[in-house]
Amino acid sequence: MLTCLDPLAGRDKVRVSQLTDGTLIVDGIFLQQMVNGLTLGSVYGLIAIGYTMVYGIIGMINFAHGDVYMVSAYLAAIGLAVFSFFGVQSFPFLILGTLVFTIVVTGVYGLVIERVAYKPLRNSTRLAPLISAIGMSLILQNYVQISQGARQQGVPTLLEGSMRFSIGTGFVQLTYTKIFILIAAFIGMAILTWLIKCTKLGRMCRAVQQDRKMASILGINTDRVISYVFIIGAAMAALAGVLITMNYGTFDFYAGFIIGIKAFTAAVLGGIGSLPGAMFGGLILGVAESQFAGMVNSDYKDVFSFALLVLILILRPQGLLGRPLVTKV
Amino acid sequence: MSSITLNKALGNEAHRFKSYDIKKSLIETLVAGLLALIVFGPVVGVVLDGYSFNWQPARVAWMTAIVMAGRLALSLFLQTQTGQRLSHRFTHADSGVHVLKPDHRSRLLWIMPLVVLAALIFPAFADKYLITVVILGLIYVLLGLGLNIVVGLAGLLDLGYVGFYAIGAYGLALGYQYLGLGFWSVLPLAAIAAGFAGCLLGFPVLRLHGDYLAIVTLGFGEIIRLVLNNWLTFTGGPNGLPVPAPTFMGIEFGRQAKEGGTPIHQLLGMGYNPNLKFIFIYVVLFLVVLAVLYIKHRLTRMPIGRAWEALREDEIACRSMGLNHVLVKLSAFAIGASTAGLAGVFFASYQGFVNPTSFTFFESALILAIVVLGGMGSTVGVVIAAFVLTVAPEMLRSFAEYRVLLFGVLMVLMMMWRPRGLIRVSRTGVRPRKGVMAKVGGA
Repeated sequence: MLTCLDPLAGRDKVRVSQLTDGTLIVDGIFLQQMVNGLTLGSVYGLIAIGYTMVYGIIGMINFAHGDVYMVSAYLAAIGLAVFSFFGVQSFPFLILGTLVFTIVVTGVYGLVIERVAYKPLRNSTRLAPLISAIGMSLILQNYVQISQGARQQGVPTLLEGSMRFSIGTGFVQLTYTKIFILIAAFIGMAILTWLIKCTKLGRMCRAVQQDRKMASILGINTDRVISYVFIIGAAMAALAGVLITMNYGTFDFYAGFIIGIKAFTAAVLGGIGSLPGAMFGGLILGVAESQFAGMVNSDYKDVFSFALLVLILILRPQGLLGRPLVTKV
Repeated sequence: MSSITLNKALGNEAHRFKSYDIKKSLIETLVAGLLALIVFGPVVGVVLDGYSFNWQPARVAWMTAIVMAGRLALSLFLQTQTGQRLSHRFTHADSGVHVLKPDHRSRLLWIMPLVVLAALIFPAFADKYLITVVILGLIYVLLGLGLNIVVGLAGLLDLGYVGFYAIGAYGLALGYQYLGLGFWSVLPLAAIAAGFAGCLLGFPVLRLHGDYLAIVTLGFGEIIRLVLNNWLTFTGGPNGLPVPAPTFMGIEFGRQAKEGGTPIHQLLGMGYNPNLKFIFIYVVLFLVVLAVLYIKHRLTRMPIGRAWEALREDEIACRSMGLNHVLVKLSAFAIGASTAGLAGVFFASYQGFVNPTSFTFFESALILAIVVLGGMGSTVGVVIAAFVLTVAPEMLRSFAEYRVLLFGVLMVLMMMWRPRGLIRVSRTGVRPRKGVMAKVGGA
């Protein structure tokens, strides 16, 4: 059981299992998994934002979003490598440069994907954009595989060290990387909330989400707003990509698939179309998955997440914070 | 009539833009080039190598140049008269069923017997490699036909279709391992089991609309694969399971009979031929495909088939007309799933071995690509597409690494160009009886 303590950080688990050697008690595991779950969940939440915003605005599941995250993980590694090549060694500059670089380039990816694969299909059949998105997902995976090679890639550890709290006979370990992830994800979500709540762009987004036709009658360039939404979603996925890459250390061209579905689960859990729902759903899914991995079985944690997705969609398709969908003729 | 006015309008517009708007094209080209540079620059130009990297600027330059040239050509082409007509057709994609004349006789009536004849004498001339390729093609025909019922006819996007395929394949492997069942007893059982699984999955998800259904089925397919992968004691996990060779009325095709009795080559008094097993699978598979084709052909003309298509077009209208949407959807799911179960049994005995890597999401996407390419709802299209998508990669071994990329591009382009597939679904029209015609004419 100890070998499966941490679903996110492959490198920590050896250290933890060697040090504790069976002395962990249940509440220690529980709290440790809580911390792991919150870290994982905040990242799921960031990716889920992309799904939920796109769904809210054009009613389509952007199947390629998981692969946009995958591309951003590669971009993060490339950014780190290039910046350190040019002599940027101090952590704040390195991470800031990488973040800006990754977010900008991934944003352009979001824009280009929308223009190429989805925009021409605005007035097509219902299944057309979804199938096109699946095609786009295959394209992205294969494109990265061909240009970067099929092998696993990695980045060096950027933030060493951890904090440790004793609880009973066990303890909870908080690596600095995890603290950084929690803070960065929180800042990212706060900026997004401000953007949607308080700016003109956000108001336009909300208007288009409520009624696309009416918004365009009132003079909003809906095509442009949809492009912005794709860019914002991709930028959030890019933030998640940098954070996960920092924590996990390794990734490959297939990494987007599983994380994409889990982030979609998070979006559905919170109520698809709702921004706070996506963040909230991400946290709940992350914690539930980590607790399942710690308490029951880590081999089946993906099965657990998928089963959770199926159950939510069947029992409460509108999610926790969403409103039920009424079809009108 | 409308097409005439349309042509007139387009003609006027083309008249107005008689000279090309070169400036606009150039700006579009530059923007496309800039975007291509940003998109391809880091990922294509900087290849990670451990924690360091290699520069590859030449590749970026090539790709950017190609994108810019393509954009310029497209931009100029769209300003010509033909280009504008084409773009008009794209934005107003017509989406009807093509109706043939009432006395139309399909040319397939002539072609079908020829195809069957060719297929039956084919194994006599083919070598083992060719037979295995064709078997694989036929397996995908079966899968495509099954998914075509679910996606093409009933309009339910099923992304976990490979799960039912896995149920069929593992049904044979596990049935042999634990119950001692063989090919023939599992064949119907697998179809029933997969159909049952289809009902089991279908029943709770029927309330969901299109996109949600896609994700739930995707989750279901992944759950099946993960369980097969992780349940080491029962399914053998990633190591997989052996599958018995098929037998014909208890006669085996191996060099020596494992279960006693005489193997077929001794019975027929000829030398041992390792191809015999594949020829046998081929023949049985071909007969099953023919049967499925016939059943599907009949189903689309039965009330249930009409109900599937009606439900695809408008669910609310269907329900207000009194159709039981639960039954209609469930039947589509179950029939599609049982076809995949059949295909799974053939796949397992063709490979002689099953493991979970054969049942990834990519497989589902490939089958979906077959259905999309062939034309949703079109049987002939699906058969052709299945062969093209499975046989073409065998022919183009040197392009194997671009296979997935090509599938992806094909799916995106098809959705833009012909969202209903290459071969349009056509239906023979009905001519009113003479008396009715006279009455209509008189009024």
